[in-house]
Order: sequence, then C-alpha cells, then structure tokens
Amino acid sequence: MSNSDPTSFLNRCRRSRSFLIGGVMTGFLLLCAAISLFWTPGSAYDIVIPDRFLPPSAEHWLGTDQFGRDIVSMLMTGTQNSIAVAVVAVSIGLIIGVSLGLLAAAKRGWTEEFIMRISDFSFAFPAILSAIMITAILGPGGVNSILAIGLYNIPVFARLTRGSANAIWAREFVLAARAAGKGKFRITFEHILPNVLSIIIVQATILFAIAILAEAALSYLGLGTQPPHPSWGRMLNEAQSLIFLDPWQAVFPGLAIATAVFGLNLLGDGLRDVLDPRLSRKR
Amino acid sequence: MTLLDVQDLTITLATAEGPARAVRDLSFSLERGETLGIVGESGCGKSMTALALMSLLPERSNTEGKILLESEDLLRFSEKDLCNIRGNRMAMIFQEPMTSLNPVHTIGHQVMEPLRLHKGLDKDAAHAEALRLLDRVGIPNPKARIRNYPHQLSGGQRQRVMIALALSCGPDILIADEPTTALDVTIQDQILELIQNLVSEDGMALILISHDLGVISENTDKVLVMYGGSAVETGRTDKIFGELTHPYTLGLFAAMPKLGMGRNARLATIPGVVPDLMNLPAGCTFFDRCPLASDHCRDASPPVHVLNPDHAVACHNIDDARGKKSEELYL
Repeated sequence: MSNSDPTSFLNRCRRSRSFLIGGVMTGFLLLCAAISLFWTPGSAYDIVIPDRFLPPSAEHWLGTDQFGRDIVSMLMTGTQNSIAVAVVAVSIGLIIGVSLGLLAAAKRGWTEEFIMRISDFSFAFPAILSAIMITAILGPGGVNSILAIGLYNIPVFARLTRGSANAIWAREFVLAARAAGKGKFRITFEHILPNVLSIIIVQATILFAIAILAEAALSYLGLGTQPPHPSWGRMLNEAQSLIFLDPWQAVFPGLAIATAVFGLNLLGDGLRDVLDPRLSRKR
Repeated sequence: MTLLDVQDLTITLATAEGPARAVRDLSFSLERGETLGIVGESGCGKSMTALALMSLLPERSNTEGKILLESEDLLRFSEKDLCNIRGNRMAMIFQEPMTSLNPVHTIGHQVMEPLRLHKGLDKDAAHAEALRLLDRVGIPNPKARIRNYPHQLSGGQRQRVMIALALSCGPDILIADEPTTALDVTIQDQILELIQNLVSEDGMALILISHDLGVISENTDKVLVMYGGSAVETGRTDKIFGELTHPYTLGLFAAMPKLGMGRNARLATIPGVVPDLMNLPAGCTFFDRCPLASDHCRDASPPVHVLNPDHAVACHNIDDARGKKSEELYL
C-alpha cells in the first residue's frame, strides 16, 4: 500500500488527534528524562538553606523547596525514575503475562483453568493494596516497588491475551494453518501473537500510565524511591505539610503526574484508533 | 495399494445436551488419480468427515473406525506425526476464502510457509517456488502480488491462493470442502476447472465436498450421498446419475432449479428438517421426511442393496424407489 493512501498507517496517525496530542505529551516526558541525564537547570540534590521557599524566577524556574533544591531539576530527575519504574514494571507484566495468556489459549483444559483462576484470585486484591503489602514485606525501595507493580500487571496481560487469543484460535485461518501441518507452538507465534499484538500494545500504554501513578502513590507513602533521589510522589508528600507556607511546591509535582498520565492515556486511546481502524469507526 | 481407505468411521461430538453422532459407520476408499464427491445438505456430516480425515476435529469429539492412508491408520498417529502428514501428504481447501488467510501476513509469506516447513526449502528457493505456484493457479503478475496482503485480493483470487497453498507440497490427497460456495457462479466454474486440471496434472486424489449436485456430477468419478451422518447412496458418478435411486437423492435432484421452469414455478422441497443428531431415530434417519416411508423404516436401519458393482443404495423400499422419477415423489 502506498503512502498516499488515506487509510495508510502514517495518515491514520496524522488524523488521530488523541494520538498526536498524547504523542507530543509523552515525547516531552521522555525528552525531559533524557536531558536530565546530563543537564538540569539547577541542582536536584544540593541543599542551599538560604535559597529555600523561593517562588518561580528566572534563576529557579519553578522555585525551590524547603531545603533550597531547584524544583524543576527535581521534577526532571524524577521523570527518569518514574519512567524507569514504569518501563521495567510493564515489561515484567508484559513478558510473563502475555506468555501465560498465549499458553492458556493454546493448551486449553486444565492449564487454562489453572492460569485463569490464579489471575482471578490476584484480581480479588486491590492493586495498590497488594503493592503496599509486597513492599511492606520486601522493604521499601525502587526495585521492590518495580516488582510490586510488575506483579500486579501479570494477570492483567494474561487475561487480556488469553481472551483475544481464544478469539483468534477460533478463526478459520488457524484451522487452515493446522491443515497445513503447523503445530500449536508455531501457530501461536505466527498467527496468534501478530493478531493480538495491537491490543496488547494499547493495553501496555495504558498500564504504563497506571504504573507511573502507582509508583507516585508508593513514593508518596514512603515505600517507593528513597531519598535523596527525587520522586514525584515523595515531592507531593513533602509539599503537603507545607501547603500553606509554600503552595507552589505542591502544584508542580501534581501537574507533572497529571500530565504524564493524561498524555499516556491519550496516546493509548489514539494508538487503538490507529492500530484498529474498525474500532474507531464504530465509536 | 489403496491410497485412502476409510472403514466404519463414526464421529461422536460432545455437546452441552449430550453426545451427538455426527457421522455413523461411513466407509469409502479412494485410489490415486480418483475424484470422490461427497454430497448432502447442511448438517449431514460432510465437513465433519473432511475434518476427521485431517484429524482436525474439535477436541471434545470421539472418532472410531479406521482411516488408512496407504495402510497406516491415521487415528493412531501422534500429533507430531499428523503435523507431518497435514499440508504435506493431505491438504485441504476451505469454504471461506475471505477468512482462511491470515490478515497480518502477505500471501507470499503464507504460501512459502508449508514449503519451508515440510520441504525444508530456504528462503530464496521457497520464494521462487511460491512465484511458480501463484502463476500456476492463475494469479496475474505474481511478482507484484506475492507482496500483497489478503485484503488486497478478491474472493476468487484468495481462493486461488488457498489452492496454491494446499498444492505447495504436492499432496497425495486434496480435500476441497465446498471450495466454491462463497464465490460467484462464473468464478466458481473457473476455480473448479483449475482444481480439476491441477489434480489430473499431478495425479493426486481429490475429495470434493458440495451440496450442489451439478458441481458433483461434472467434477467427480465417484459419489457418496450423505444424510444424517451416514451414506445413503454410493457408486460411480455416471451410474448414480444414470439411475438416481435413494428417495433422498431424488429429493436433492428435484430441489434443483431447472431451465425453463417459468417465473412463478415453485422449487420442489424435501419436507421437514435434518434429524436431530442427539436423538437419531432407531431406523432409517430419513424416515420422517421420506415419501416412500413405511412402518418398517421406523424400526430397523436400512440394508445396503448393491444394484451393480458400481452402485449401492441403503433403503428398505428399494423396489418402490427404483424407477421412480424425482418429480413423482416431490412436488
């Protein structure tokens, strides 16, 4: 299909407003994280007591906190942390969950029952609550919060993949593939996975947003990233007690979290339109 | 050696309401180069028979009897051995060309797959062979088409691709399950002719499944008329169409539209519906719809009468049925 075709992939991307806006917002997030790796406007770590509680100015774009640390620098460095946690956590859920889902759909019978009942069981616990439980057992910290969020993602992916994969297994081209002598393993990777991939990608984007939110929540509770590393959730927590003294401090981390989550959700929504044109027409 | 010998094939499907006997005591054989037609209305077990030959029945089903491919019983094969048979020695063409190709792969990729799987060809060799196959099934400009996705092809072209796929490894037996039902009449004719030519060129055996007596009479050497999961009339195509005997076969024939019928003429129908496979009658399955049925038919399964070596009919009232015209029985 040529690029001038109005239904081509690139053109569909261009026409989807949520894809464009979400993409720009997510891109901005990634850019901040990338820049902060080697440059920040001020210092996210240096404590300069005389400069504390400064309002936004040319020198400190978003002001300073109660220790005189530059808020914009802390936010930028915190982006790294949020993204790293979300990427690893979603990858854990994606790899294990999708494999389990594909296995359940291919094997059926007891294997499927076993995998699905376990994931049902894990759904019975509220996600944040189980994450808190896991970090409480393993101890607070960045790695453990990644594990906690990742574990929660596994059944989400497993259930979604198994459901979509079952629908593909019932399709006629799978029967045709079996008639051509392909085994279940081969069919899973050649026919099932490519056909459920778009659904999985969309789900991954949305879970990415949820993971950022979960990491902020865990840090807010003091169970996530530990000081001195800056984290959006902990910044929010520290600003809370000073809200009447210095309202600026609470606004910016909140805005950062909201922007990241909103952008990723828009991107996920847009991706669904782009990857599955049939769905967007119905809506 | 007989290429394919099916003996007393019985298929029982597990359903929510209990076991359903989709096929009962079906026997037939097929030699190299022969064409067998299986005809019957929806739900008579045609497709189930085809899937059983490929060992592709749903998991919740039970198959009894023997399916001998050159004296080896396929029902005793392991799944791994079956994978080596499917697509390699036995291939199948499906009814719906629109949905039988994977939408996310190019047709070239899909035609090359079995070649690489069964023949162990490398990428270049498989590509060249795929080009040759697409050309052979009459896809114009195969060099460009090989990069197309299924949605870019018409229904007839997709069915040609399916045929190329089925023929790719040079199977001994080709099973075509209503290969033209979803296509226009003009395309239907082209596709059947294509299958016919390819089959005779390669000397393979063909099993053609259809509900269309016209298609069967023109394209087959032998016929198996199925009703309610069992064979009611079998034999050589010319013998059967020379003397249609079983009341069901006569009914199928009567139901065909004929030239010059007139605008307002009504098509003849066989009254009633196909039997419930869960509660098959004790006697003849066609008993409740048969114009010749007698009390005897209700209680005992019909015996098989061999009219001549190439024509057999399973009916109690064979003497009544013989010599009857289809119009006399169905109006």
